[in-house]
Amino acid sequence: MSGHSTYKPQSKFLQWLERRLPIGGLIHSSFVVYPVPRNLNYLWTFGGILAFMLGVQIVTGIVLAMHYTPHVDFAFKSVEIIMRDVNYGWLLRYLHANGASMFFLAVYIHMFRGIYYGSYKEPREVLWILGVIIYLLMMATGFMGYVLVWGQMSFWAATVITNLFSAIPGVGDTIVTWLWGGYAVGNPTLNRFYSLHYLLPFVIAGVVVLHIWALHVAGQNNPTGIEPKSEKDTVAFTPYATIKDAFFLAAFLILYAWFVFYIPNFLGHADNYIPANPAVTPTHIVPEWYYLPFYAILRAIPDKLMGVIALGASILILAFLPWLDTSRVRSARYRPLFKQFFWLFVVVCVGLGWLGSKPPEGIYVILARVFTIYYFAFFLVILPLLGIFEKTKPEPNSISDSVLGAKA
Amino acid sequence: MKMQRTIIALALAGCVGMLALPVNAQEHEHETPTPPKLRWSFSGPFGKYDPAQLQRGFKIYKEVCASCHSIQMLAFRNLADPGGPGFSEAQAAAVASEYKIKDLDEKGEPTERPGRPADNFPPPFPNELAAKAANGGVAPPDMSTLAKARTYERGFPWFVFDTITQYQEQGPDYIAALMKGYEEAPKGFQLPPGGHYNKYFPGHNIAMPPPLQDGQVTFDDGAPQTLDQYSKDISAFMMWAAEPHMLARKRIGLQVMIFLIVFAGLMYFTKKKVWHEVEKPTEIGHGQDPKKTTV
Repeated sequence: MSGHSTYKPQSKFLQWLERRLPIGGLIHSSFVVYPVPRNLNYLWTFGGILAFMLGVQIVTGIVLAMHYTPHVDFAFKSVEIIMRDVNYGWLLRYLHANGASMFFLAVYIHMFRGIYYGSYKEPREVLWILGVIIYLLMMATGFMGYVLVWGQMSFWAATVITNLFSAIPGVGDTIVTWLWGGYAVGNPTLNRFYSLHYLLPFVIAGVVVLHIWALHVAGQNNPTGIEPKSEKDTVAFTPYATIKDAFFLAAFLILYAWFVFYIPNFLGHADNYIPANPAVTPTHIVPEWYYLPFYAILRAIPDKLMGVIALGASILILAFLPWLDTSRVRSARYRPLFKQFFWLFVVVCVGLGWLGSKPPEGIYVILARVFTIYYFAFFLVILPLLGIFEKTKPEPNSISDSVLGAKA
Repeated sequence: MKMQRTIIALALAGCVGMLALPVNAQEHEHETPTPPKLRWSFSGPFGKYDPAQLQRGFKIYKEVCASCHSIQMLAFRNLADPGGPGFSEAQAAAVASEYKIKDLDEKGEPTERPGRPADNFPPPFPNELAAKAANGGVAPPDMSTLAKARTYERGFPWFVFDTITQYQEQGPDYIAALMKGYEEAPKGFQLPPGGHYNKYFPGHNIAMPPPLQDGQVTFDDGAPQTLDQYSKDISAFMMWAAEPHMLARKRIGLQVMIFLIVFAGLMYFTKKKVWHEVEKPTEIGHGQDPKKTTV
């Protein structure tokens, strides 16, 4: 995808193939000789972890789909049959359910890393926006997958989230009816969610290819935020990045396996082991943990339409980040003020997540409002102004200077 | 510097948590106590179901609960599955034959036949409306997944510690507490007709009358025939019914953990070896043998 290929196929067959389809050269230049900054830390291994998790979700998902029945009368039962009677069905399902959580955990670390080191800045704006698109697709896919279980939380989460569209003036109710395929969440809704839940992961895979393409054109950012200047600043993707990614992936899998084998229902909700019942509303309807910050923002605003707009804006604002951050310096290492605002932003996001799991009453609402204001202020006020007023620290001359000390 | 920030962040999070505490306390007029944490044979990474306890629990289910609660996801053959109550296949077949299963005969006429191991436990009521009508308007929930469908709020920071301690027996703890949680309604509590006061039930008004009393079910393995013992045994049985492959899950989990830890360790040292020349380039630059340098 980038860099000139020095690939010389050894075997006769590969030479034959290379003249007709240079796929060997593409792989060689993208994943073998591709230069990566030598100073990448372990936060840069999450891209590979995310690609792996997408693979896990697609493989387990395809097998689960062979046993699942998308019908309101059989969906919950078919999931239980997977858990009980399908060989290793319990393993597939727990891998898939916890895999979604691990996917989101990894994507949040990946995104916060991007913000901390200014990875979205020129010339990586398109790379970043493609990432935001992947994240949006992930949210849609995760939500619809949760509905497929057809437990109480599935049903009521589907009802609450689709109902958000009814806030749109004039056509809201028509849109909701169209989304449901009826006048309430029912069999047509479940069927289309199943269809889309199967489709969207492949759309994600397609955008991931674009994301990696854009990455390989612009090159990776690094903890110093300055571009590699000479060969001294980079190492070859293989073996250096490959082995580093492989090690940290193995370490990440330990965490994943801990959840799958020992606390598989920790991240789920007990109510989702009750079959969906349109006649009984659960006391607290809460989404999966990875949507909680946005749920808190939605409920922090007293007006329904404004809440929905804030919810949408809180995600879409990420796409404008490359232009909202006016600072010339990329990495937070050399931005002392930004660093503090960044960590406060992380605390606010985690805090919003916690508030999203609480009932919207009393002090929780007040806190959610304060945190929501900071969330938007971070993007709309702090980042634009910091670029003008912040006194940044001097950046090193090159990556190798920063690694080896300026004397080298 | 980095450390400092972490401390500030934690302190901030702590303050937020403290602010929230008094709200929780004022929420309910009639406080719902936290179910006591019991010792379960199946808790923790090496936990196993106790077959004797599951057999006792099954006896309670069959003699008491089954008159109102279905357990439709469970098949008779499951009674003989490995990691379960440890009945033999013949015993499971004998249990099955005690039940009448609705079926069609060769002429297509509805008929009843004795149960077979492959059959699921038949429900006590023909449909949900019948279940409602016979139980004062509330259908008793199916018990197949109930132990995973019941919980109580752990709250911060306990839910964080639970990821380490692997505490996930909120369901059986709650059910065992519920069995023993019946008492006189406190003064001023308006109990609707047909309701029963249970201190552990959310809202305290439960339709189910106290299901178990001392001496109600006879055990032939010498276990005490008390409400306390019954409440534990039925909860353990319900946990098994909800999660019948737990033993296999934890056994495979241990193997996976050992493999992953060894594998990650090997990858770590391979990574160190590969990066050695990048991270220690000065020695190479000075013409030293990289093998004699230390990382």
